[in-house]
Amino acid sequence: MEKKKKRLVLRTVILAVLALAIGYTVYGTATKEKVELVAVGSEAPDFTLVDLNGEKHKLSDYKGQGVFLNFWGTWCKPCEKEMPAMDRQYQIFKDQGVQTLAVNIAQTDFEVQNFVDRYELKFPVVIDKTKSVMTAYNVGQLPATVLIDPEGKVAKIITGEMTDANIASYMELVKPK
Amino acid sequence: MEKIICACGHSNPYGTKLCEKCGRPLTEEEKQNKVVDMRYDGTAIRSKTYNKSIIDKIWNFFSSVKVGISLIIITLIAASIGTLLPQEFYVKASDIEKGAYYADVYGTFGKIYYTLGLSDLYSSWWFQILVGMLAVSIIVASLDRGIPLYKSLKNQRVKRHESFMKRQRIVGEGQVTANAEETLDKVAKKMTEMRYSVRRDGSALLAEKGRFSRYGPYINHVGLIIFLGGVMLRLVPGFYVDESIWVREGETRAITGMDGYFIENKDFVLETHDNEAQGEQIKQGVNVVAKNFQTDITLYKQPKDAIPGDTENLEKVKDYSIRVNHPLKEDGFALYQMDYRLNELKKMKFDLINKESEKSLGTLEIDLTNPKKDYDLGNGSSVQILVYTPDFDGFENGEPQTKTSIPNNPAFLFKMTTPETPEGEVSFVEIMQPPLEPLGENQYRMKFAGAEMRDMSGITVRKDTTIPLLFVGGVIFMIGVVIGSYWNHRRLWLQIEPDGRVLMAAHVNKNMFSMKKDLDAVSAFAALPPYEDQLEKEEAGEESTDGGINEKEGDNTL
Amino acid sequence: MSLIDISGNLLFVAFIAYLVATLLFGGSIKQANATGNNTGKWGQLAIVVTIIGFLSQLGYFITRWIYTGHAPVSNMFEFTTAFGMFIVGAFILIYFIYRLTALGLVALPVALLIIAYASMFPKEVSPLVPSLQSYWLTIHVITAALGQSILAISAVAGLIYLLKAVDLTKPSKQRFWLEAVMYCLVIVIGFVTVTSTFGAMDYESSYNYVDKEGTTRKIIYNLPPIFGMNEYEVVEEHGMSPLVEMPALINAKKLTTVAWSLLVGSVLYLLIRLIARRRISAIFQPLVKRVNLQLLDEIGYRSVLIGFPVFSLGALIFAMIWAQIAWSRFWGWDPKEVWALITWLFYAAFLHLRLSKGWEGQKSAWLALIGFGIILFNLIAVNLILAGLHSYA
Repeated sequence: MEKKKKRLVLRTVILAVLALAIGYTVYGTATKEKVELVAVGSEAPDFTLVDLNGEKHKLSDYKGQGVFLNFWGTWCKPCEKEMPAMDRQYQIFKDQGVQTLAVNIAQTDFEVQNFVDRYELKFPVVIDKTKSVMTAYNVGQLPATVLIDPEGKVAKIITGEMTDANIASYMELVKPK
Repeated sequence: MEKIICACGHSNPYGTKLCEKCGRPLTEEEKQNKVVDMRYDGTAIRSKTYNKSIIDKIWNFFSSVKVGISLIIITLIAASIGTLLPQEFYVKASDIEKGAYYADVYGTFGKIYYTLGLSDLYSSWWFQILVGMLAVSIIVASLDRGIPLYKSLKNQRVKRHESFMKRQRIVGEGQVTANAEETLDKVAKKMTEMRYSVRRDGSALLAEKGRFSRYGPYINHVGLIIFLGGVMLRLVPGFYVDESIWVREGETRAITGMDGYFIENKDFVLETHDNEAQGEQIKQGVNVVAKNFQTDITLYKQPKDAIPGDTENLEKVKDYSIRVNHPLKEDGFALYQMDYRLNELKKMKFDLINKESEKSLGTLEIDLTNPKKDYDLGNGSSVQILVYTPDFDGFENGEPQTKTSIPNNPAFLFKMTTPETPEGEVSFVEIMQPPLEPLGENQYRMKFAGAEMRDMSGITVRKDTTIPLLFVGGVIFMIGVVIGSYWNHRRLWLQIEPDGRVLMAAHVNKNMFSMKKDLDAVSAFAALPPYEDQLEKEEAGEESTDGGINEKEGDNTL
Repeated sequence: MSLIDISGNLLFVAFIAYLVATLLFGGSIKQANATGNNTGKWGQLAIVVTIIGFLSQLGYFITRWIYTGHAPVSNMFEFTTAFGMFIVGAFILIYFIYRLTALGLVALPVALLIIAYASMFPKEVSPLVPSLQSYWLTIHVITAALGQSILAISAVAGLIYLLKAVDLTKPSKQRFWLEAVMYCLVIVIGFVTVTSTFGAMDYESSYNYVDKEGTTRKIIYNLPPIFGMNEYEVVEEHGMSPLVEMPALINAKKLTTVAWSLLVGSVLYLLIRLIARRRISAIFQPLVKRVNLQLLDEIGYRSVLIGFPVFSLGALIFAMIWAQIAWSRFWGWDPKEVWALITWLFYAAFLHLRLSKGWEGQKSAWLALIGFGIILFNLIAVNLILAGLHSYA
């Protein structure tokens, strides 16, 4: 009897392990395709980039402030549309401890400068020439916005175009209390 | 479950076909057979013994070889369906367009094929479950058969019952003239000479060779399972990286998936065979055959504590020429030459000319990777770029738009200033198009004067930590298959009864042909009685009726 | 005479030698003893001629290798010829284990057909594309072809087995399918006949057509067109005009070749039936009357046992290693890869059916024939019909 019980337990364990393995494989394959940006709640990868005025911006220097990190390109229509709204909200929130940082994906200084001049953007615009920040944040589709709270953790990720109201609520979210 | 007590007094587990000790047939079926079923040496296949709880039922399902074979056949058919049309990853269309692509190119059949998910069959959940079930079947069936077989072969007795001996495929019986001891000695000597291991027990003898080959199938199954395990492990984050990046000549960029590393494309080389197109090539409309795809690169690494974006202190790791079949290997990663695009615009030259006199006031060269605002041509002439769109796509609210950031169709809004036109003239210039003059007729225009191109390399970034595991699985599989296929298990039982009668039986799991050669040798040497092949006799008997071997439960088995 | 000419002549010599050896094997059967084993004069002569042919073809292989600088297995002609050579090699190996002359009577014609089929493809030396420039080309392709040829011997044994064992006097499924196999062999002869006939006449008709991507291309037919390409326009036409126009998805030129082969093959088949007044299987049956079925079954099984590990190594393991190096992934579900896997799974099922379900004799023989069918499908159909990464597609 004892032997029989042992055998049943052994068989159950083996079958369970195998079923789990198959389940994991199916699940893993199904979710593989979805490219995720950095995980919400995790530490936002630190980076340093230079803006159009030659000033360095290091993410960790903004600790204690919320950071509104926007990835964009001049060819991306939704990016273009949300830029003026971002600029308006930047003017409101910059004194409340929310920094806005726009990361352009490897375009020429000329194009970026031209764009900034046209829309009279006030917030710092940095260019990710080697696409290393884009890689670190695993950015696929533009625009992509990562909200970083004063502790340096990712609070929210937004892909797609945003309105004034959206941006205001997001900035509110990472405003230091 | 009850034990089966054999006539010899040995207690066998339920389901045993041949007594573990003496070899007497225990089931009615075996008693009826002229030649016993020697698969697994008559041991109880475990699954067949218990069939109570749901777990046992599932277990028994997977333990069945019939189920295993069915799974193989289903997998085989499923896999073949996936080759009817190209799979999605070979189709050059974006995810959204794929459905339309199949419908366009392959018509209704393509549409159905796509809708059923057959265009991505190998990563479908059901195909994976199928392979998973095959793996379960391999594991369970091997456990159920391999372990009892191992025990049985390990605890083999030399002396077997007459009923066992007589039911082997090869049997022999007769008197020997020499005395028993002498005959046994001679057989033992000859068999040892032929590299059999010989055991004796009184007047009984067992000569055995190549027992390990019986374990071949189980070894190769272990290899297969390790291999499948390795494949599964690739889904675990960190074990497997598969990315691809495009790098233009002269560009340095971060390598996706390979944190902290940067690649600089110094030169892309495309060489072709300078041969005449011939035969098959003409038929396929190909004139030149590529000889070499190569990207000369420099690999850089950030210093230890550097963060993304900090490219000031990159350390050079190495220079390398990545070619097809010669990937660059570094830090567990491999970079492959996978694709290329030739001739992307890099620099454009324009002459500032007077429309009437065609006289040039100077040439400016625009580096599209870094255009400047002003170009001074001297003598009071200058050109200003007001707008640059790398991939011009029409106007929107009077503003020129760009489709991408890639210079596929560069367009410029120039402001030309000359001593003649100190106010400046504005001209919109697009490749291959006459200039647009939004502010009225100009005296001057920008004339295209040549361009400089650069190539782009498609590099695949791959890290596969499971490769060693897959390799080990493959090697174990090969070892198992080879020993299971190229060796065989041969056994000869010989018993001399007190009345001088010799009983002889032989078993081989495959390749009866070579066993018979051994038997002929030993029979001649020790003057043994002639043996007969009970199956051949069977066939000779049947031939007159239907002329063929009827299917039977094979004895030359695992 | 340059090396490439010598190479071509050696291949020709081999072809003739195999032809002669086939006849000699046929002769040897007549004087064979009761078991079908034969050590008589005819049989000895036959195997000697076979070996001479094999060495001559080996000479072709080596001289071509030296001339081209890479193992001559890089296009359809080279690979298929090598496959034929390995079948003869595998036959010689099995012959020396079992000394069964009847095997030669089927193995050599099969090899002959395969080599003849191969020679219908362009024989020019073609330079290697970058992905093929690797010593793995030699290792992978030769091992895989070797494995396939040893597996092919089991089909040869299976065919002989069935020729003897199937009762041809009464209608049955087995009789039908056996004759179907023979018919397929005649179709191959039909293909070779029609292709070489029009080839000798230098037949050419050319057309412009629109492919499935919508671009206009030119195509040259080497057989009189039965089917026309999508929206074809005549450039230069001889003899006949296409009867039917095909949609862009179907390569009407290949379809024309298939149609011609079927047509000529069927006519040939009917002629044979009319002249002999018997089924083709019935023509061959007396020749194999005296072979030992048990031995044939053993040979069929043994060749699968010998071939399976070689095939696994060459067509799967070496293939994966090379794919990892050249294409960055060891497995990519390319049709050729998938069909190698299918072949492997099929023979795995074959072994399990035999071992556990006792499928021996006729069942086993049929399986061996199906297995060879899959191998040929992978060689012919996958290369010519299904799109893929492998060369000579």
